[in-house]
Amino acid sequence: MEGIPLMGFLALGAVMFLIGAVGVVMKRNPIVIFMCIELMLNAANLTFLSFARYHEFPLIGMISKDATVMNGQMAVVFVMAVAAAEVAIGLGIIMAIFRTKETIDIDEMNILRG
Amino acid sequence: MNSALAQPAPIPWEALLPLIAVATTGVVAMLIEMIWPRRSNDVIVWVCIVGLAAAAGCVVYHWNLPALESFGPRFDNAQGSVGGGLFLHDRFGQIIQLTLIATAFLTVIFSEGYLREKRLAFGEFYPLVMWAAMGGMIMATSRDLLIVFLGLETLSIALYVLAGLSQKDKRSQESALKYFLLGAFASGFMLYGISLIYGATGTTNVAGIPALFSLELPDPTAVNVAYAGMGLILVGFAFKVALVPFHMWTPDVYQGAPTVVTGFMAAASKVAAFAALIRFLDASMAMKDVWIPILTVLAVITMTVGNLIALAQKDAKRILGYSSIAQAGYILVAIVAWAKAKGMPNLTIGYETVAFYLIAYTVMTLGAFAVLSSAASKGKEGTLLEDLYGMWRRAPFPAAMMIVFMASLAGVPPTGGFFGKLFIFFDAVNANLVWLALILAVNSVISVAYYLKIVQATLRDPEVHPTKFAPVNVGLFATCFLCAIGLFAIVLFIDPLKSWLGG
Amino acid sequence: MNPYLPIIILIAIAAVISTVMVVGSWLLGPKKTTPYKSAPFECGVTPLGSARERFPIKFYLTAMLFILFDIEVVFLWSWMAVFKDWVDAGSPMAAYSFWAVMVYMFLWFLGDLYVIRSGALGWEESTTLNPEKLKNTTEFEDETVVMVESQPAKVGI
Repeated sequence: MEGIPLMGFLALGAVMFLIGAVGVVMKRNPIVIFMCIELMLNAANLTFLSFARYHEFPLIGMISKDATVMNGQMAVVFVMAVAAAEVAIGLGIIMAIFRTKETIDIDEMNILRG
Repeated sequence: MNSALAQPAPIPWEALLPLIAVATTGVVAMLIEMIWPRRSNDVIVWVCIVGLAAAAGCVVYHWNLPALESFGPRFDNAQGSVGGGLFLHDRFGQIIQLTLIATAFLTVIFSEGYLREKRLAFGEFYPLVMWAAMGGMIMATSRDLLIVFLGLETLSIALYVLAGLSQKDKRSQESALKYFLLGAFASGFMLYGISLIYGATGTTNVAGIPALFSLELPDPTAVNVAYAGMGLILVGFAFKVALVPFHMWTPDVYQGAPTVVTGFMAAASKVAAFAALIRFLDASMAMKDVWIPILTVLAVITMTVGNLIALAQKDAKRILGYSSIAQAGYILVAIVAWAKAKGMPNLTIGYETVAFYLIAYTVMTLGAFAVLSSAASKGKEGTLLEDLYGMWRRAPFPAAMMIVFMASLAGVPPTGGFFGKLFIFFDAVNANLVWLALILAVNSVISVAYYLKIVQATLRDPEVHPTKFAPVNVGLFATCFLCAIGLFAIVLFIDPLKSWLGG
Repeated sequence: MNPYLPIIILIAIAAVISTVMVVGSWLLGPKKTTPYKSAPFECGVTPLGSARERFPIKFYLTAMLFILFDIEVVFLWSWMAVFKDWVDAGSPMAAYSFWAVMVYMFLWFLGDLYVIRSGALGWEESTTLNPEKLKNTTEFEDETVVMVESQPAKVGI
């Protein structure tokens, strides 16, 4: 293993995940919140890929190395597709809200309460 | 890599047929809507009914197919194959699949009248329900976390759209946005957890977790990563099944979404998520010293908080929302008891209690929301308790059914809800969790208060403006009738369920 | 000792501090925001309009469709990367994967048709296949029933 060690990628992934999670809690614009969620998904993607590329898995005796690598790399492709579907639906919902309410500020979303 | 030598995986068509049938039904329904958008939705409804019946038929026809796990690599250790693969076919999966098909079926037959009354008669509703049901079925028939995640997203994404179905209604839009943002947030947690589990075991299949712990000397770093992954996945599931403190979205979304959607969402997403959760927990038994205490605490606060806040609500849909939170707490008690019993020498509890309660919960929740949906008329819909006043006079049949469903939710004998709670209670007592069983019992008593409030509202005379209830159509009648019958008939399934899933 | 341990500790400390600050201000701080209070301060003048340019909302729809059909290619690309090897080796995977991808492409094609049919690509705003369906419903039948029920007196006159 040359250059950046596995731990570096994992740390970057963890930081991205934390930034995303904190951003979701802090931000008020749903589009920005949604970008933070995308950041969380991409952090998971980075983790998948760095494990697949650099990690010596302890279970290699029970399952083939090819299978482990393939599993991690295909996971990323599926997650990207899911993220794209979520983006489409998210933008659609935000557009619909904008049409009815003329605002998308999260603090204005207060009709539903008990 | 020698990918050129790869062989195609054999496809277990018999086991996959129900999934294919439901998905195809959705596609056909969408095609019909595209070709004749100006027609009424009756054709689509019939197509969906036929497709779902065919799917259920496939499940039943291949009922005795031996359990199998296919697609993808397997684990082989010294003791033999531990399992692995993307698709899992077993008894529990079949039962959950049937439950989800039934949920979609009941939703489809009572929705059309409501959608017309609310001026929402989009043909797109039906394909979305089909695909959501398909997502739930996928969640129930896989042990691969990635596939479970895909199923969860298929279910959730369809539900986000359905929640915002009413384009003119601000409340519907707001509920869609809240559901979407929090749901996607939960997905993020879950996915990161899955990536950590992958890092610890080298596969996204949960079979990797017992394999990791079966090693002579598990790598301590891998074990720690697995614990972290498990925690994050539990957070994701806790959001999806609405456990306190991850429940904030539930009442808002339940209140804002169109009532038929709320009913479907309450039943389908909870059934599918609990099915996937119990499979995941089964595989991570090696880590149960950590998660049993966590789930026990969650169960206690979920039941208590859900029931106490429900007492203060004035909107019937919100009450049912908090009630569904409390019900999730009851199911969690069953799961904790099941996990505790795994370590006990002369006690075996299988999935049967959880499966039984999930089925009963589905039936009574769907029924209750079906009755509530009859309060929609001419584009307006009142869901406050006072909007239900006078229902007894104007729509006697749904009102009577409401009493049955509320009795079942509260746990009054001899309904399915009562037996479900009784089994959970006994399981908990047998697993030396008497205090948890007592908390469950106390909570059931508290819950009677707010279920009675709904019953009382349907029986009261209106004070000012009586709500105009839509005339009861055949679909609503059929749904209420089938749900009520189901609540009593489910008792007959106790013994079969035990023999299929027990121990 | 792992040389990256300090970084992890730093991350953990940063996470704890930021969490404590967020949660602390949320728990302790008073929560009385009025629209007036949260408005930006512009030398005592009421702010006019938004500080940010707004895109016509129409573009979001196009963006959304673009993302969907863009990601479609990801699967084709990963399939394409191995397909030729399979064909060259005469592997049964070639035909198998070809039909699998065809099913997948067929579903995309249907989605594409739906997009065109619902007018999402047109310039005029459209939200449903058939807006009329939302108006002409069973209203007519209901209305007649109500008329007969609620106005029997007129018949008598």
